[in-house]
Amino acid sequence: MSALPTPAAQNGHAHAHPQARDAGPDHPHDHTHGDDDEHAHPAIAVHAPLAATAEAGPAMRVAGLTKLYGRGCPDCIATTGPDVETNACAACGTLVACANVSFQLQAGHTIGIVGESGSGKTTVLRALYGDVTPTAGTAHLAAYRDGQRSIFEASSAERRRIRNFTLGMVYQHAWEGLNLRISAGGNVAERLLAAEWRRIGQIRERAAGLLGRMEVPVAWMDDFPAYFSGGMQQRVQIAKALANGPSVVLLDEMTSGLDVSVQAGVLDLIQEIQRDEGVAMVVVSHDLGVVRLLCERTMVMKNGRVVEAGLTDQILEDPHHPYTQLLVSSINA
Amino acid sequence: MLDTPHLRIRGLQKQFVLHLLEGKTLLGFTDVSLDVPQGQFVGIAGRSGSGKSSLLKCIYRTYLADRGAMRYRRADGSVVDLATADDDTMLALRAAEIGYVSQFLRPTPRVRALDLAARPLLRRGVSLASARERVAVLFERLQLPAELWDGYPILFSGGEQQRVNLARALVAAPRLLLLDEPTSALDESLQAQVAELLAEAGSRGTTMIGVMHDTALLAQLADVVVTMAGGRMVDRQDGGRCSPAGATALSASA
Repeated sequence: MSALPTPAAQNGHAHAHPQARDAGPDHPHDHTHGDDDEHAHPAIAVHAPLAATAEAGPAMRVAGLTKLYGRGCPDCIATTGPDVETNACAACGTLVACANVSFQLQAGHTIGIVGESGSGKTTVLRALYGDVTPTAGTAHLAAYRDGQRSIFEASSAERRRIRNFTLGMVYQHAWEGLNLRISAGGNVAERLLAAEWRRIGQIRERAAGLLGRMEVPVAWMDDFPAYFSGGMQQRVQIAKALANGPSVVLLDEMTSGLDVSVQAGVLDLIQEIQRDEGVAMVVVSHDLGVVRLLCERTMVMKNGRVVEAGLTDQILEDPHHPYTQLLVSSINA
Repeated sequence: MLDTPHLRIRGLQKQFVLHLLEGKTLLGFTDVSLDVPQGQFVGIAGRSGSGKSSLLKCIYRTYLADRGAMRYRRADGSVVDLATADDDTMLALRAAEIGYVSQFLRPTPRVRALDLAARPLLRRGVSLASARERVAVLFERLQLPAELWDGYPILFSGGEQQRVNLARALVAAPRLLLLDEPTSALDESLQAQVAELLAEAGSRGTTMIGVMHDTALLAQLADVVVTMAGGRMVDRQDGGRCSPAGATALSASA
């Protein structure tokens, strides 16, 4: 198995970002994986430095992503979608959660997916992260086999490695992304252990550094997130998602349960940390204000389809699709 | 190559289709053709609703033009049509060479004035300290009171926000700068200060297209002033900065 070798990984992590280099362990020589390429520290070497983003090509390419719940039939696609305003196939009742979703994402960039409940935006994220098995489509990550093979074709062991080393996920509900019965620091450490960090001192240092960046008080590191406020839980979740130095982080309605003032703080921190870590993000939100703030580009989904995609300011100021016009005119972003 | 203008607009049109109003259409502007040579300032005059801002937004791609071409010559000499370029190309151009100063700043919550204006530089990998330093020079010249530099622009007055906005655009030293009423909330002495900064940018080779209501200021800054009415270009005058080259700055238009 040769999962996740990258040029940077082969050079060790001398060119990884300074913060990770300082905190990173030396080659973690465990015995679960065979070849040496894997042992150069992919956890922190998988993403390109920010300055190189223009030449580096897309961090992720998604094409034709489709997820059906049900047995499926030849009429499923034709009888569902925004034009008929349903996700349920008229012929067989299959639920078309999303169909033919395609986009690409440059390293260090952020794309938003907006739409109402049932539009399929969360399904897209879950399929990419591996929580849901897509029915059709491909997703290529620059950090997986140099983008030559879809992660949907990866073996389950490879898939686990992609999840542990290359992707991060922030769920809408903290209890999905956090283990509420272990400490805040322990949650971040769990992620680092999965990415084969082995030295306790370095794990603690990385966890403290990230939680500090997310403005979680150091004194709380050993407390259980079960007792934290919603905003504080989301900060821990974001620190956890970023811990392994992923090239792409997927964020699902991360601020929708938060007060506006708390939300502004979390959004500000995530922008800052994104710039420093050079990570690309897919941000799912029903809140156009969040997307305006975080995303250069936006896709609008309805009934499982992308109805419009473009630069975020264009989507907000010159929406073309009737649904996007309705969405934009309904809010005050 | 040198004869190719920095931006060549041909037959550009923007129309809005309002689906919520049974598909009613609204004309932004139509049949706009314009050559903008490197380093020149093209002013756009006209009444509210004449299509001036829509034209700027089409160039920046906040609006999608529905007809026509905008051939833009990049720093490396290659030419790209801004009307059809893909989103990633537009983002790269915005990051590296096309700036836009809107009439109103939409400040990011909880980001301080210095840091907000420094962002374009930070994205290019300039260090925070050096980016702040370069912004500070501009804040000083724009007479933004020093006690505001660490404040949140969301709480600033219109004139203060406008100065943050201008500093953010100028600090990035764009090759093409689009200006939409950049001085509307500033008093005369500040307007003169802005005029001086823009003239300096022009002398460093920045191409500018500016929409301003203040015709005296526009005439002073611009090599050429075009006038729009009812969504069409109706007039063209040489501005105060006009040189012999400026006379050919504009192609024939309606």
